[in-house]
Amino acid sequence: MNKHLPLWEVFLRSRRGLEHKHVGSLHAADPEQAMQYARDVYTRRMEGCSIWVVLANDIHASQEAEGEAFFDPAEDKVYRHASFYDVPDDLKL
Amino acid sequence: MEISSLEESRREAIFQARVDAEEKIEPKDWMPEAYRKNLIRQISQHGHSEVVGQLPEGNWITRAPTLRRKAVLLAKVQDEAGHGLYLYSATETLGIAREELMEQLLTGKAKYASIFNYPTLSWADVGAIGWLVDGAAIVNQISLCRTSYGPYARAMVRICKEESFHMRQGYEIMTVLARGSQEQKAMAQDALNRWWWPTLMMFGPHDADSAHSGSSMKWKIKRQSNDELRQKFVDQSVAQAQHLNLKIPDEKLKWNDERGHYDFGEIDWDEFTAVLGGAGPCNHERLEARRIAHEQGDWVRDAMFAHAEKQRQRDVRKTA
Amino acid sequence: MKNSVTCAPQSWHFEYVLRLGDNALILGQRISEWCGHSPFVEEDVAMANTALDHIGRARMLLTHAGNLQGNKQTEDDLAYSRNEREFKNFLLCELPIGDFAYTIVRQVLLDTYHFHLYAALQKSSDDTLAAIAAKVVKESTYHLRHSSEWLIRLGDGTEESQRRAQLALDNQWRFTSEFFLADEVDDVAHQAGVGVDVSLLEKLWRDNVNDILSAACLLRPEDAPLRASGRMGLHTEHMGFLLAEMQSVQRAYPGLDW
Repeated sequence: MNKHLPLWEVFLRSRRGLEHKHVGSLHAADPEQAMQYARDVYTRRMEGCSIWVVLANDIHASQEAEGEAFFDPAEDKVYRHASFYDVPDDLKL
Repeated sequence: MEISSLEESRREAIFQARVDAEEKIEPKDWMPEAYRKNLIRQISQHGHSEVVGQLPEGNWITRAPTLRRKAVLLAKVQDEAGHGLYLYSATETLGIAREELMEQLLTGKAKYASIFNYPTLSWADVGAIGWLVDGAAIVNQISLCRTSYGPYARAMVRICKEESFHMRQGYEIMTVLARGSQEQKAMAQDALNRWWWPTLMMFGPHDADSAHSGSSMKWKIKRQSNDELRQKFVDQSVAQAQHLNLKIPDEKLKWNDERGHYDFGEIDWDEFTAVLGGAGPCNHERLEARRIAHEQGDWVRDAMFAHAEKQRQRDVRKTA
Repeated sequence: MKNSVTCAPQSWHFEYVLRLGDNALILGQRISEWCGHSPFVEEDVAMANTALDHIGRARMLLTHAGNLQGNKQTEDDLAYSRNEREFKNFLLCELPIGDFAYTIVRQVLLDTYHFHLYAALQKSSDDTLAAIAAKVVKESTYHLRHSSEWLIRLGDGTEESQRRAQLALDNQWRFTSEFFLADEVDDVAHQAGVGVDVSLLEKLWRDNVNDILSAACLLRPEDAPLRASGRMGLHTEHMGFLLAEMQSVQRAYPGLDW
């Protein structure tokens, strides 16, 4: 047998009010099985109250080579941050 | 040619600068091929150690002397499978598939920690493994939480958090035995005698003789040397053994005021090499157990695959 | 309460809870044998979870049984000091693990049973038992989901997996008759509101198992009740070995703390 079971990426919401966060991956044949293994492997210590499983192949990722074009142009736009502006110290804004 | 090798060294310089600045390397980043290979070797070996590491202690699950101990041991062995999975998962981000990792283990191409080639002969061995082997693993793994490869570092952080109970449950077993009957005390001492030296070997050869250490340190895959970590482990273990009233089997073990560390005897490196090379008491059995599990899983994986395929085709028909 | 009842009030109650505890313990003991030997690592973790759930419920039930008996027997006294004839688990629990299909079939048969049993026991007049049942029914819901989906994958997978699953089912089916052989203990427990109505349980179980088997493309074997019962303390030849292993340390060094 040399068939590869699909790889799934696992995301957990650790508690209500928080976003799902990537925690790792696993192999499973179908979404239901991936969900159960995610529960068994990644929530042994009550780490989560909600699980997402996503086929790893379905994730599109930005590439390092594109990094400069993607992310550097934001560098000089400091006016998007509140700290950029001068306001009187004694006022609450 | 010229241009591509220039490009290569430019990338390598960026990579090294990133490592030097303590920034993490992430899966999609460019990395030197040797870095990738080195990582695959080390992380998969670490993962295999967790997976094979289920076996020596698993040997005692059905015989654990109380139901509480049985539950704890089950949870611990389960953690090892889980940790194996975290590490396989980190290895797979480097572009190698699980099947390939399994094949490397089963053909002997990939190694696992040699300590698991020793047998567990009494219940005290379960205590000694938790106390010493997991104790040593934690020393090593805490250091690896700062490793330069992001997925490996994150797996280590999670593993360290979970493993803190492993050592404690082992030490608790030893405490009960050391306070128990004469037979139990003897059992505990015997386990310490047999596991002490193999545990010291877990840290690997002396720094001067370590094949992979140079580049691993430069790339910050490893953060502390074998000898440093081994010393740290010896230093922490002496007081723990004294507390149990057990004697570490090393006549040369002695506090050195000048160094601020314990001096200890020389490891039997012939034994280290022999066990690594396959001559340990259980090398054959450990690999065989994994091979059988894998082979007997073939038809199960085939069935999963076939069923998933049937389901897909049904779904296609439904939507058509 | 019926006049024909011969056991003392406390002894039927003890016996009822002990049987539940023994099923959990012996089945948990068997499942734990998969640790490190499952088809792949993900399943190792899943199998260990199931084993842990069973050992956990065994501890609660045996502790409760010991308290009911009033002679201060602990969970460990009951697990490690009794002889084969004193264990009251179903024979199905003690059979060796077999191949993966064999284990999955057993899990489906017992998870379905436990799911309906503990769902009903949540209403037990024995508050401790009801509280244990409320916890256990959640576990069994998950176990049944895991095992029934596996059985469907195996039954509706390849020719080989179907052959193995059907063989495992044919082999184990005869042991299920024991689930529904109500005896005096069951009757008294039911009348006292402590235990469940076995005939109702049987109907729920049969319907549920039928659905799973047909989804798994497996044929339900003919009923062929066994003339043996673990609940009477009459076991298969496997039980002696299981206990010899489980109790070995305690038997070799009796009366010590571990």
